[in-house]
Amino acid sequence: MAFTPPKESYAGKVYSVTVGTGDTAVTFGGENVLPFHGFEGETPNRPVIAYEIQDVPPSDWPESVQKPFESVSSDPVEWAKFCQDTLKAKAIALRLIGTHPDRENRSAEDAAKTVRDVLSAINVPLIILGSNHAEKDSSVLVAVAEAAKDKNCIIGKAQEANYKTIVAAAMANNHKLIAMSELDINLSKQLNILITQMGFDKEKLVTDPMSSALGYGLEYTYSVMERIRLAALTQNDATMQPPMVADIGMYVWKIKETQAPESDLPQWGSLPERGIAWEAVSAMSFLIAGAELLIMRHPQAVEAVEKFIGEMEG
Amino acid sequence: MALTGVEIFKLLPKTNCKKCGHPTCLAFAMKLAQRQASLDACPDVSEEAKKILGEASAPPVRPITLGVGEKAVKMGEETVLFRHDKKFVNPCAFAVEIKDTDEEANVVKTIEAVLDSEIDRVGQKLRVDAIFISNESNDAGALESLSKLVSQKAPDVPVIISTKDPAAAEAALKIFAEKKPILFGANSENLDAMAKVATQFKVTLGITAKGLEELTTLTEKAKSLGVEDMVIDSGARKAKEILEDNTLIRRAAVKKNFKPLGYPVITFAQRDDSMLETLIAALGVAKYSSIIVLSSIEKWKNLALFTLRQNIYTDPQVPMQVEQKIYKIGEPTSDSPLMITTNFSLTYFIVSGEIENSKVPSRLAVMDCEGLSVLTAWAAGKFTAAKIAQFIKESGVENEISHREIIIPGYVAILSGAIEDKLEGWKVTVGPREANALPAFLKSRAS
Repeated sequence: MAFTPPKESYAGKVYSVTVGTGDTAVTFGGENVLPFHGFEGETPNRPVIAYEIQDVPPSDWPESVQKPFESVSSDPVEWAKFCQDTLKAKAIALRLIGTHPDRENRSAEDAAKTVRDVLSAINVPLIILGSNHAEKDSSVLVAVAEAAKDKNCIIGKAQEANYKTIVAAAMANNHKLIAMSELDINLSKQLNILITQMGFDKEKLVTDPMSSALGYGLEYTYSVMERIRLAALTQNDATMQPPMVADIGMYVWKIKETQAPESDLPQWGSLPERGIAWEAVSAMSFLIAGAELLIMRHPQAVEAVEKFIGEMEG
Repeated sequence: MALTGVEIFKLLPKTNCKKCGHPTCLAFAMKLAQRQASLDACPDVSEEAKKILGEASAPPVRPITLGVGEKAVKMGEETVLFRHDKKFVNPCAFAVEIKDTDEEANVVKTIEAVLDSEIDRVGQKLRVDAIFISNESNDAGALESLSKLVSQKAPDVPVIISTKDPAAAEAALKIFAEKKPILFGANSENLDAMAKVATQFKVTLGITAKGLEELTTLTEKAKSLGVEDMVIDSGARKAKEILEDNTLIRRAAVKKNFKPLGYPVITFAQRDDSMLETLIAALGVAKYSSIIVLSSIEKWKNLALFTLRQNIYTDPQVPMQVEQKIYKIGEPTSDSPLMITTNFSLTYFIVSGEIENSKVPSRLAVMDCEGLSVLTAWAAGKFTAAKIAQFIKESGVENEISHREIIIPGYVAILSGAIEDKLEGWKVTVGPREANALPAFLKSRAS
């Protein structure tokens, strides 16, 4: 029996999204096949990993992921410069967690100042994330979108409860936008429709189907991503064609596996490697399920995933 | 191609004898079509029908068993490309490579690490499944003595013997007679002799090729030489090639019912950099490998890979559940808060994770609601005041705590009055709706 490789071609294509300005702008998405399936179609852009930083010191991060940033993390500007200059970050994701009412409850004006300061210190693209408090985000993200006007950032995350003001702010200030819904392909589709109905260009959207950590619901994110990508390709469903983001660090670095010392759980092995592997394996899984943009924390996890991507592309 | 129930029915005796345990031949045929019954159950089926049905009803990826006894590993039998379509059937096996050129002390260390690799996670026992014994030296004597050492130190652990030399293979296989090892290393140069050894010892033969075309030729030839059970290696070593070849193999088997590639795939993930090796192995877990060969098995790496395998091979149609009981988080005292939630594993993981984040030692009562989340369980009548009251009384938690206060999820605030009615002497406090608000909630109570 002769073997004919069962290659597949698809009707649809993922939009490519460019963020940032000038020489350091990056583009992701754009493929017309499943992730890394370059053997049967076009995969023009390498996935992008953004380093996560935040507006307040990362006292809530476990020690092993605080440590690589300990000399810079008290100041978001220094932190951003460190990621860009020392770690060679291709993009930076600034999470304004300090604006959360249960945290430092920083004002929208303070957040806008942080964004302006960070933007003037770096030239790589910036992703600006709220604290995931739907109500507070709708004022904070409006202020920061304006502060970052025309810098072609990604603003996020717009959710069902607050998308209207955030979409308007992203549109008025020429930014890309993350639309997040909770682990459900239909909710994700619906939110993308609502946002585009406001006149927002669907080619400027990034879908966040909600991330999770290895061992803590990873299979849900994985399958929702696979289904979204298949809908984009096989059904040529334009509402499912924006590239996807996996916001991994915040899920991975709060679970027991990235925090419990080896002395408590000898069967789990060395803690530093365990934490790095946890973030890297979660990231790899979402990459092959369909994510083109990753938000990560640990430099060694980023390094491992970059090597993996290198082997996938090479 | 798979036959329909009616097509199968035409080939059955149509006697409705019930010996197969089904009321009629038609009912049996329907079960066969859904792969929920085996043709062996019919004592009267003709040889001709057996042949036609056997071929048509064989799973697209041939089932293979590695090893015997409790540690035996089943592989193959996969039917889909995407886990959301249907559960992936047999979780892949992890095998650690030991070379016959390694120092004996290191060999012993690795064997001990295999034996000590078992971890319990969400009720499943997970371990490094097999040892890949490699004839790196190309010396038959060295392979034989390594095989002896492995069989002596780890008599129950399944093995894969890797050699290109049929004579060396024979000597090693004698040591593992009756233990269902895999003989790996048949290629375009030694296939006849290796096939002969494999049939003589009745073992699965591992075929290694340069590309899918050659692999097809080799498996067909092995089959013509009487080898039924095989595992296959396309020669892919880089991540890009592994994804491409594994995808094409699975598609050919599942979508085209292409028998020459309908065998479990063995993937070689070894790298000098253990973190990168972890990711290559993880690619194999997600993308269709049945055996993944590793160069090292650090505990952190095992835990990450076992967990990913468990996640990927979970049945997408059955919610993952955790055991009903009172979980202690931190080191709670008799005054510590008591919360309740349902036993959907994701709910449990998220709620317990947030309680842990709060650093407030607590008890979390996890109630069996058939794996539904809080709102769904409440809507389905499984998370009701009466059932909650009964669970709390029967759990014995009243003997562990000095207070009588229970914190319920904010989404079921409506239950608070009814629970107080059913649980006499208890106070019900309504907690936050979302788990991520728990740390603030618990901290503010503690201060």
